[in-house]
Amino acid sequence: MNHKKIEAKSAVMGVMVAILVSIGGIVEIVPLYTVQEQIVKIDDVKPYRPLELEGRDIYIREGCYTCHSQAVRPFRDETERYGPYSKAGEYVYDRPFQWGSKRTGPDLHRDGGKNKDSWHYLHFKNPRDTSPGSIMPNYPWLYENKLDTSLTVQKMTVLAKLGTPYSESDLDPEKVERRLKQDAERLAARIKTDLGEEVPSDTEVIALIAYMQKLGKDIKWRD
Amino acid sequence: MDKKLYYDESTVRWFSFFTIFWGFVGMLVGLWAALELAFWQLNFDLPYLTFGRIRPLHTNAVIFAFTANGIFAGVYYSLQRVCKVRMFSDALSKIHLWGWQLIIVLDAVCLLSGYTDGKEYAEPVFFIDILITLIWVVFAINFFGTVATRKCKHMYVAVWFYMSTIITIAMLHIVNNLALPVTLTKSYPIYAGVQDALIQWWYGHNAVGFLLTTPILGLMYYFLPKAVNRPVYSYRLSILHFWSLVFIYIWAGPHHLIYTALPDWCQTLGMVFSLMLIAPSWGGMINGILTFKGAWDKLRTDPIAKFFVVGLTFYGMSTFEGPMLSIKSVSALGHFTDWIVGHVHSGALGWVGFTLFAMLYWMVPRLYKTELYSQDMATKHFWIGTIGILIYVTSMWVTGVTQGLMWRAVTAQGDLMYSFIETVHQLHPYYILRAIGGGIYLVGVVMMAYNLFMTMKQGEATPTLINPDKGQEA
Ligand code: HEC
Ligand code: HEM
Ligand code: HEM
Repeated sequence: MNHKKIEAKSAVMGVMVAILVSIGGIVEIVPLYTVQEQIVKIDDVKPYRPLELEGRDIYIREGCYTCHSQAVRPFRDETERYGPYSKAGEYVYDRPFQWGSKRTGPDLHRDGGKNKDSWHYLHFKNPRDTSPGSIMPNYPWLYENKLDTSLTVQKMTVLAKLGTPYSESDLDPEKVERRLKQDAERLAARIKTDLGEEVPSDTEVIALIAYMQKLGKDIKWRD
Repeated sequence: MDKKLYYDESTVRWFSFFTIFWGFVGMLVGLWAALELAFWQLNFDLPYLTFGRIRPLHTNAVIFAFTANGIFAGVYYSLQRVCKVRMFSDALSKIHLWGWQLIIVLDAVCLLSGYTDGKEYAEPVFFIDILITLIWVVFAINFFGTVATRKCKHMYVAVWFYMSTIITIAMLHIVNNLALPVTLTKSYPIYAGVQDALIQWWYGHNAVGFLLTTPILGLMYYFLPKAVNRPVYSYRLSILHFWSLVFIYIWAGPHHLIYTALPDWCQTLGMVFSLMLIAPSWGGMINGILTFKGAWDKLRTDPIAKFFVVGLTFYGMSTFEGPMLSIKSVSALGHFTDWIVGHVHSGALGWVGFTLFAMLYWMVPRLYKTELYSQDMATKHFWIGTIGILIYVTSMWVTGVTQGLMWRAVTAQGDLMYSFIETVHQLHPYYILRAIGGGIYLVGVVMMAYNLFMTMKQGEATPTLINPDKGQEA
């Protein structure tokens, strides 16, 4: 066809562009939804508990993904350094995904269980105390801010609508609050035992640590 | 005065002003981020100054504020001229102009306060996503309205590129941001995990393709021939590389996800199409550079020509480097390292930055019916900018390869040779060097700002007749 004719008709050209730019996306994206085998389900992978969910949202808020990846690649050095490589089925409750694009700090996808809760508690206050020469920022405000739980139930309800398997009772406001409190108090108690100092259980840092400890632990690999 | 007889230049002047202003702000924030990586103390323990919040501010500011305003300025200027009509609607132009600046300010406040969607280049939160969609539609109506009322039969090459930008960005932005809101500023995407990753990088790569590439090529196709006073080298080549670029770009997203949990066939598709992308990209570069044919002498004397040619060279370089980085074994080394940051900035500082500077140096004096305040200062800006880029990019190449090699190094016994923190220490001097390179580049931007504001001051913002032959009362 003569290009001069297309150039003279803006509508024709617009439609042609729209069709051309759609093809690649459709071919690549649609199979991920229609072909089940593409993302193999792992039964051990559990949805986030309320405290972990709040911790994850703090992770997003503070932009930790700008320095940390959450994707262990299948190379010898990476599995040596971080643990088993990441599987598609492990990410099914991640909204949004947090794989990152830059490792200014180490990968965190298998960080759960690597360090003690008390280590994280010291690390977030001042990373240099645990890791001399670190360039990670201090996060003092996480120790001052009380964790805002006013939206937790609503967040979980929205996630349930999108497909996260929270049951009816999981979404019961009283149960949500009870689980939040219990998890936080247990975590704070563990830190207190280690450090021998009073550790409030209602601060943001507790939720963030809970999230750190959940990372990559659903499949059993640490002995 | 019958407005329809004149070009709308007021909108262009404002967009140009905001390009310079946000360019300075966005790069200053980039410099701050660079300094924080060298000296972590510079966040002063303030939440809104930490790296995790200002890095997204930097990327959003340079892409959506600096680059996008530059594109809007150039599109509004050139579209009216190649269509020989005033913009379709003055009201829409105003809504577009001020609506966009409002979005930028709201986004900046949100990002610093910690409200973010947490996906790269798609950080703006739910209600801002909606505003962006609305303003983009306003822009599209204004654009296609102007095209529909044009006074010449054929659409010039530049217009094809603008058109593909408007259509594709609308599609990418809407699909990638589909989400269920909890509040106006907190939402969860309808995609999870691997699917979210693929859709995000389908968006992310094509935000590069359709904000940092196609519209800039469009501007190059209008402003470069004007600046060197030569016709575009090859019309056939423009057709060929336009359609192949538009078709191939979309497939390349998975090259950001090589060796991740994304299915293998999808990674391979991304890699193959990235390799093919060299051809249409270089088609554009060659068409640009050969447009200088018969005007090579301008490269010696005219700073605008210098900016264009070096911009095109960096375009050629980064579109060679990009496909290389898409090869699985190269990605294995380069992914997650500063090499990627180096690649980004050779495209961003070299191609996007220099092309927009060239456009501003050419266009601003014409908007104010005067000459550029100082040619000499523009030439100095060119050299300073080039040195800045070279320092920035080479230091990141060294850092990236060092990082990649240290991570994978093993001893004879097969143990890891370096702990992570050792690699962090190793990079410190290069991070300082990068900040110096970025700082030098920013000095150039300040010189340009001064030069252009002096140009505005000495000139006069008088209206321009669309058809001077017919006179005022035609
Ligand atoms: C400026 C980049 C940067 C930012 C932002 C950043 N980190 Fe780090 N992070 C690092 C570096 C570098 C290290 C390695 C040294 C160390 O242990 O501190 C690290 C280490 C860590 C570790 C220890 C990993 C291990 O097992 O050795 C954790 C956990 C961590 N970061 C979590 C976070 C969280 C959560 C955030 C967001 C609140 C965050 N980081 C923000 C750079 C960063
Ligand atoms: C003075 C000039 C600039 C400086 C000092 C600077 C500095 C930085 C720094 C420090 C980062 C973070 C890198 C990291 O996380 O390790 C960054 C990222 C980025 N910058 Fe710039 N920048 C500058 C100009 C620009 C311009 C003009 C653009 C675009 C037009 C740009 C686009 C980006 C992008 C897209 C990223 C994200 C890269 C990635 O995710 O890999 N920058 N910049
Ligand atoms: C043929 C053209 C190109 C190809 C095939 C290409 C390919 C790539 C690849 C493979 C990556 C690395 C992904 C990773 O490992 O993390 C990347 C990153 C990037 N490229 Fe390109 N590139 C091209 C041109 C350009 C141009 C012209 C620019 C203009 C500025 C650009 C901007 C970026 C940005 C911003 C990123 C960083 C994304 C991120 O990680 O946040 N690219 N590109």
